[in-house]
Amino acid sequence: MRNPLSEKVTAIRPSGIRKFFDIVQEMDDAISLGVGEPDFDTPWHIRDEGIYSLEKGRTYYTSNAGLRELREEICRYMKRTQNLDYRPMQECFVTVGGSEAIDLALRAMVNPGDEVLIPQPSYVSYEPCAVLADAKPVIIELQGKDDFRLQPEQILEKCTDKTKILVMPYPNNPTGAVMSREDLEKIAEVVRQKDLYIISDEIYGELTYRGKHVSIASLPGMKERTIVIGGFSKAYAMTGWRLGYAVGPELIMQQMIKIHQFAIMCAPTTSQYAGIEALRNGDEDVAQMREEYDRRRRYLLHAFSEMGLECFEPFGAFYAFPSVARFGMTSEEFATRLLTEEKLAVVPGTAFGDSGEGYIRISYAYSLDDLKRALERLERFLKKI
Amino acid sequence: MSERELWGKLLPLIEKNSRMGVKELAVMLDVSETDIANAMTRMEEEGIICGYHTMIDWSKTDVEEVSALIEVRVTPQRGQGFDSIAERIYKYPEVTSVYLMSGGFDLMVILEGKTLQEVASFVSMKLSAMDSILSTATHFILKKYKDHGTILTKKYEDTREQVSP
Repeated sequence: MRNPLSEKVTAIRPSGIRKFFDIVQEMDDAISLGVGEPDFDTPWHIRDEGIYSLEKGRTYYTSNAGLRELREEICRYMKRTQNLDYRPMQECFVTVGGSEAIDLALRAMVNPGDEVLIPQPSYVSYEPCAVLADAKPVIIELQGKDDFRLQPEQILEKCTDKTKILVMPYPNNPTGAVMSREDLEKIAEVVRQKDLYIISDEIYGELTYRGKHVSIASLPGMKERTIVIGGFSKAYAMTGWRLGYAVGPELIMQQMIKIHQFAIMCAPTTSQYAGIEALRNGDEDVAQMREEYDRRRRYLLHAFSEMGLECFEPFGAFYAFPSVARFGMTSEEFATRLLTEEKLAVVPGTAFGDSGEGYIRISYAYSLDDLKRALERLERFLKKI
Repeated sequence: MSERELWGKLLPLIEKNSRMGVKELAVMLDVSETDIANAMTRMEEEGIICGYHTMIDWSKTDVEEVSALIEVRVTPQRGQGFDSIAERIYKYPEVTSVYLMSGGFDLMVILEGKTLQEVASFVSMKLSAMDSILSTATHFILKKYKDHGTILTKKYEDTREQVSP
């Protein structure tokens, strides 16, 4: 029989997270600081709106690009948070989570051999999605000394005449790093100069703890070369609803919608109705969750410093990225031993790119009591090694 | 942060968990331990913090407990309104709460007794016998689903995948 598989797909490395997941599944008393989603349930009024839409019989496809009302709310949200004007029917559409939008944006924009700059450590899907789109992923290694903020020189260093797209993964998973307006201005200058496009993954945009998130699209001359990807998963604790969106230039949106239309049809209808409610009446919920994350964040960092674990202060998402380099183990060895000896699951930094070596990702999307219990295990482990 | 702002941040936290330590609160709210300790003392003095209680679901213990809500209609007294009758009611130790209400009745009395008889005899012998009380309507609580913001019937379970990107 012939090989049924695509060489392109088989050449992609499986996610480094998968391996840990499999080990944890085998243990019955392991506890985890390894999740990448909120511990809160979706606020009840949002769930209720989803249920209500089902009761009313809203069980059909929506238009490919999503409900008009939802797209209008998304554009209003972009206006009130970033002062950006997008036209709901031309420059905005609804996706199955932010991750679909990442895939679509890459597929809609690259030609074979185009280079895509991907700063790492970052979310696991940019690199494989670039490969699947026949682009050449070019990795920028973010540095601990820069608090994992992207530096303009790093772009210049990796830029060739084939470079077309820069992925901006901020606020960042796994490091928790954020880019301030000043940081972004320097990036924007280089991007304009090199005539690049940006895919800005702002899924954690609502979760920042020192000043509001700034979208790079809001800087002068950047809106026309930026696709902003957002979603409901992190801000409204709606991961399971699979709801996200993209806003950007009409020309690019049209082509992204074309792929979306053939591959997906439309985002789940129930989720879209719930999403309207989230954007209309969810600000207070987001504010409360943000405050709670912030308190845990402070608690976690304080605990790290007391147990002698070195960590830069993350101001976004719900992750901390402490350095474990001084223990003389690789990230993976550290995480594996922590899991087998203390039954505590964390994710090695290398799951998010080679430049994550020497770090582990710790999520604080856990109740304070769970955090405390987990930190006791971590401290015991550090004393032992 | 002003003193009042700090109070506003502290209260919702300790309302949910009165066992949070001064040190923990200081770290989480990014203020000094002295500030926390002072704020707590001040709020106790001002009667904003009125006590530190433990939430117990007695139905899970061997202790018998019956709770009832009693709607009470009263004739207000000249010069005192409802205050003096409310005081006469709340002095009974089995009475856990007394509220002045708008609407179809005047006082809501919440009562905890060991048995149904005990509650019944309180209502008929003591409460109804008071001069200015016009009528009472007693409602027994059959099951507590949620109390003071805490769901009693279900335990929180983390059903998330344990490791995810």
